[in-house]
Amino acid sequence: MEVYLDNSATTRAFDCVAEIVSKVMVEDYGNPSSLHMKGVEAERYIRYAKEVIAANMKVSEKEIVFTSGGTESDNLALIGTASACARAGRHIITTCIEHPAVMQTMHYLEKQGFQVTYLPVDRYGIIRLEDLRRAIRRDTILVSIMHTNNEIGSLQPIGEAGELIKSINPRIVFHVDAIQGYGKFRIYPRKMHIDLLSVSGHKIHGPKGVGFLYISEKVRVIPIVFGGGQQKGMRSGTENVPGIAGLGKAVETIYADLEKDRAAMYERKEQFVQGALQIPEVKINGLTGEMSAPHVVSVSFRGVRSEVLLHALEEKGIYVSAGSACASNKAPRPSDTLRAIGLERDLLDSTLRFSLSVFTTREEIDYTLQTLYETVPMLRKYTRQ
Amino acid sequence: MFTSFLIKYAEIGVKGKNRYLFEDALVRQIRHALKHCDGEFKVHKNQGRIYVDALSEFDFDEVVGQLGCVFGISGICPVTAVEDRGFEQLGRDVIAYMERVYGAKLGAGEGMTFKVAARRARKDYPVHSGEINAQLGGILLDAFPGLQVDVHEPDIYLQVEVREKIYLYSMVIPGPGGMPVGTGGKGMLLLSGGIDSPVAGYMIAKRGVKIDAVYFHAPPYTSERARQKVIDLAGLVARYTGPVWLHIINFTDIQLAIYDKCPHDELTIIMRRYMMRIAEQIAKDTECLGLITGESIGQVASQTMHSLAATNEVCTLPVYRPLIGMDKQEIVEIAERIGTFETSILPYEDCCTIFVAKHPVTKPNVKVIKKHEHNLDEVIEELFRTALETKELVVVEGKRQ
Repeated sequence: MEVYLDNSATTRAFDCVAEIVSKVMVEDYGNPSSLHMKGVEAERYIRYAKEVIAANMKVSEKEIVFTSGGTESDNLALIGTASACARAGRHIITTCIEHPAVMQTMHYLEKQGFQVTYLPVDRYGIIRLEDLRRAIRRDTILVSIMHTNNEIGSLQPIGEAGELIKSINPRIVFHVDAIQGYGKFRIYPRKMHIDLLSVSGHKIHGPKGVGFLYISEKVRVIPIVFGGGQQKGMRSGTENVPGIAGLGKAVETIYADLEKDRAAMYERKEQFVQGALQIPEVKINGLTGEMSAPHVVSVSFRGVRSEVLLHALEEKGIYVSAGSACASNKAPRPSDTLRAIGLERDLLDSTLRFSLSVFTTREEIDYTLQTLYETVPMLRKYTRQ
Repeated sequence: MFTSFLIKYAEIGVKGKNRYLFEDALVRQIRHALKHCDGEFKVHKNQGRIYVDALSEFDFDEVVGQLGCVFGISGICPVTAVEDRGFEQLGRDVIAYMERVYGAKLGAGEGMTFKVAARRARKDYPVHSGEINAQLGGILLDAFPGLQVDVHEPDIYLQVEVREKIYLYSMVIPGPGGMPVGTGGKGMLLLSGGIDSPVAGYMIAKRGVKIDAVYFHAPPYTSERARQKVIDLAGLVARYTGPVWLHIINFTDIQLAIYDKCPHDELTIIMRRYMMRIAEQIAKDTECLGLITGESIGQVASQTMHSLAATNEVCTLPVYRPLIGMDKQEIVEIAERIGTFETSILPYEDCCTIFVAKHPVTKPNVKVIKKHEHNLDEVIEELFRTALETKELVVVEGKRQ
């Protein structure tokens, strides 16, 4: 049995996504900038994807810019805003549990002379609004908060944060990294006072190498990629038409029955959490139930090295993640998020992330639990002494 | 402008009646090394020399890079061949050659020195060697006022060989030295993912030895990426040695059995004894004449004199340890030079480190170790056999840099 529980790393594309990507690549392969019919056909795919996405978030089509994915969206949002607002101030606020795409960009901006405040989180991985209120200064230009944490699935109070920021200074730009939250929740930027919102295609059963940034008409962002002036100069480079068509299709599909699918995922997650807690010396990190993301479960197994358990599960066809996949090909390093929620030192290297999708079945969870029941005690027997 | 390469080899020259064996092996290795280069080449022996003639366009740097990986080559001389159209024309050709190869340096007035050395393989050439030297020397002195003659230690040693065509060369690019792989039998390298073992393989291969390798992995304690890393390392070593047969042994069950039944501070040493036993078995099955390891005295607990003695004791084949007297820094320098260092330091755990005790024995007593190994008597034969039966074989071709 193959059980893919690494959906926070990436997801299997929907069949309809694969179909449209393939069709665009071999049939409607024109360059949307070309004047002839082939170009016009290609442009239609982009327009349609934009319509779908804009309608989904209740925003204007003009506010959607396609990018190469979540990382580029975050970079464009942060660097683009910082450059545009540098004269108004040089202070930025974010959290200490952001994805590297935000974190490393903040470090870059610090080198460029910006000051960054990193908000702490509580033991469930959630910021306190009071900390945010106190962090805002006269020269604060930008606040960036992730919607859903990729490692423990904590949900941030985005709407409240947006309201708070705007009540103090409506000119502060509010960016939300929604790469793990989009496709799991309905997100309406205007209601939530979000100015910039980053989304990635391959986390929602779309293609890799494509994503978008929502840029509110009210804010100004300076581009970071220059060239032929595509997408009104905000993001030059021939549009990734197959990817964009696939992304539009993925959004359409994942939101078609969102509430029902999400409820099913919560059910699977609860089944897994309850089952995992049957194992002695196991700790679930972050909240569970509807206070958390429906697809991420972080579990610490005392006395088991995460990488070993990961490979042991792999031998049984179960694919999970240690820490976050985006950083896992480098030297294993204890995760910032797990440290930020105050996880005990000896659990840092004993934590696995199981992440579900709409495809995850009850049987798959049963099989995974059964495998854990057999494997964890075996691995606990053999440890470094 | 260069049309062929003259291959210089040092040690092969002294091999008496076996000389042709070494030369033929070198020709084979050169052909193999050039297989992946753009262009067509003819590699041939001619009057006690080996030439690589380019039959088509080729990428000079690529060819020199590949030849630089062939053991047995001490120097690579890029050669320009010109047609024999009379001695006057030869003078003009030599001036053109000097200009193209040394260009600006000659005009700089830095006072470069030179010497011409002619050889007539074709004795019907109308000008004698000594005369060629003198006359070409004069022509060059006239053409390049900054140039001076120095017959003892010239900066430029221009050699002119008269055969069916006339061959000009003056540069010698150093080769890796050593002897052609395949002239010295075959050895079994214990290859881990570390810095040392690829270097050890390189050094033994340099003496003409063909290299096969064995790698022990321990899933799920070691990962697929660790395995891939070792295959990559074998590919880097194979650039010098030719294709490496890499035997991959699943060592998990043996390791767990040792863990269950033997004292933990002796874990590594017992584990290594079993690795040596398995490696030796494969070596014997594949006609290898010795084992090769990257051990260096005192580097870690399992490489003290005492530990090495304990490990060595299980083998009947000789164990070659070319790094035995080297410091880590010296090993790292070679690893960097041969291009294995960057891959070696990728951070994947290998099976030597996973169960390592906090305080492993540094002075193991063979008698005690042997006694504890008897704890494994019931299971080890079966595990040993399974490990060999489930062996995987990957033939790793040389990886281009």
